[in-house]
Amino acid sequence: MESLSNKKKQLEVKPLNFWERAYLPTIAKGLSITMSHFFKKPVTIKYPEEKREFSENFRGMHSLKRDEDGRERCTACGLCALSCPAEAITMQAAERQKGEENLYREEKYAAVYEINMLRCIFCGLCEEACPKEAIYLDGDIIPSDYLRKDFIYGKDKLVEAPLNQ
Amino acid sequence: MKVTIDNISIEVEAGTTILNAARMIGGEIVPPAMCYYSKLQGSGGKCRTCLVKVSQGSEKDPRPMPKLVASCRTTVMDGMVVQNITSPEVIEARKGVVEMLLINHPLDCPVCDQAGECHLQDLGYEHGAAKTRYEFDRRTFDKIDIGDKIQLHMTRCILCYRCVFTADQITDHRIHGILNRGDHSEISTYIQKAVDNDFSGNVIDVCPVGALTDKTFRFKNRVWFTKPVEAHRECQTEGCCGKVTLWYKGEDVIRVTGRKDEYGEVEEFICNTCRFDKKKTADWVIEGPRKVSNKSVINSNHYDTLKPLPVVKTNPVLQEANKEQFERETRL
Repeated sequence: MESLSNKKKQLEVKPLNFWERAYLPTIAKGLSITMSHFFKKPVTIKYPEEKREFSENFRGMHSLKRDEDGRERCTACGLCALSCPAEAITMQAAERQKGEENLYREEKYAAVYEINMLRCIFCGLCEEACPKEAIYLDGDIIPSDYLRKDFIYGKDKLVEAPLNQ
Repeated sequence: MKVTIDNISIEVEAGTTILNAARMIGGEIVPPAMCYYSKLQGSGGKCRTCLVKVSQGSEKDPRPMPKLVASCRTTVMDGMVVQNITSPEVIEARKGVVEMLLINHPLDCPVCDQAGECHLQDLGYEHGAAKTRYEFDRRTFDKIDIGDKIQLHMTRCILCYRCVFTADQITDHRIHGILNRGDHSEISTYIQKAVDNDFSGNVIDVCPVGALTDKTFRFKNRVWFTKPVEAHRECQTEGCCGKVTLWYKGEDVIRVTGRKDEYGEVEEFICNTCRFDKKKTADWVIEGPRKVSNKSVINSNHYDTLKPLPVVKTNPVLQEANKEQFERETRL
């Protein structure tokens, strides 16, 4: 049948000549390309050991900040959890007892604070919602792991290290 | 009597206040009120957020009133013309009032249990400036426990006197009032005497801010993560209607409050047994979910509604399966 678009090309299949049938020159050519790459600078990097420079507004792992006196800033107001489109954040509030004033800044604090890193989409809305400047996504890429439960990060992983240590 | 509020006319009875006439019309033109409470006699006139402009006093005397008036305390006259949101003067004055109310308010909304259903928060959001001009220290007080179930944070109080009227009118003898005068006024009980009346818990409901809070709900959860459900029970206490709103978190009732209407006023008062002691689903007859305004933060981020796909709507088998799946997912 005749083509309507008239773009079809008719290909001629020619029989291979002697050099083409021999294959060896083509193999040698291919290997020489491979070999030449041994002496070029690689475009990839060995990731966990080497790291590329992140952009300034890169959003990685969350950290719960401390204030200048080393007290936790988070007051468990729940606005991060409310703003989270992936519903990755949960928390439980507790009341600060007498004598804990050097640990927590406000009279209420987050006793449990969990982020499910498999749910998190790193949009940074929690950072924007936080009225206490307590949460920032300034960490690294989340490391891989084998079990799903290990991706639920609690306060032990999220809270910033104390100042004097 | 005919009164016109923001170009909307209504016939009301003599003796009605401008605020109540506006509430009969309803909608956006209702002035906000922090201290007026229709269920409490003598309330109103303290906070000045309900200021309106009367541009025509009455039919007989059409002169405007010289100053803005508190609509909760001013009764209507025949032919009165009132401006609320149509007058820039009123909006400006209200902004000033909000700034004034926020002068001593600690703005600890992230900590406060009232956040999310606080009238001062709404008012500040609508009228207030983003920043304060006040440079001095705010006045501070220690927290006081009034009985074992109610906590008073005097720092957050805006001195609306609603709780004082409640303690006066609902309870049988006076144990709660305002101490000192003017700038130094504070709500208190007589030397931290416990308020142990059967209806004392209602002071929590009438408080427009988080000054009086429920200790059994203290820091348990944020209001917007809980699910309000209307319920009732046969209450033995005399004078208690037993109609409440239960605030669920998962399967647990974490708070019981009176049923509030669109102006944040409880329909009927409830007793302390209903409020503090009956926190099991088995104690209550559930009527259905409470209607929450679309604009309210309580309504945000609630994704778990049953919305079947168009194909599911026609097929009863799929419909049943979808329901089961939904129930399983919400339980998890």
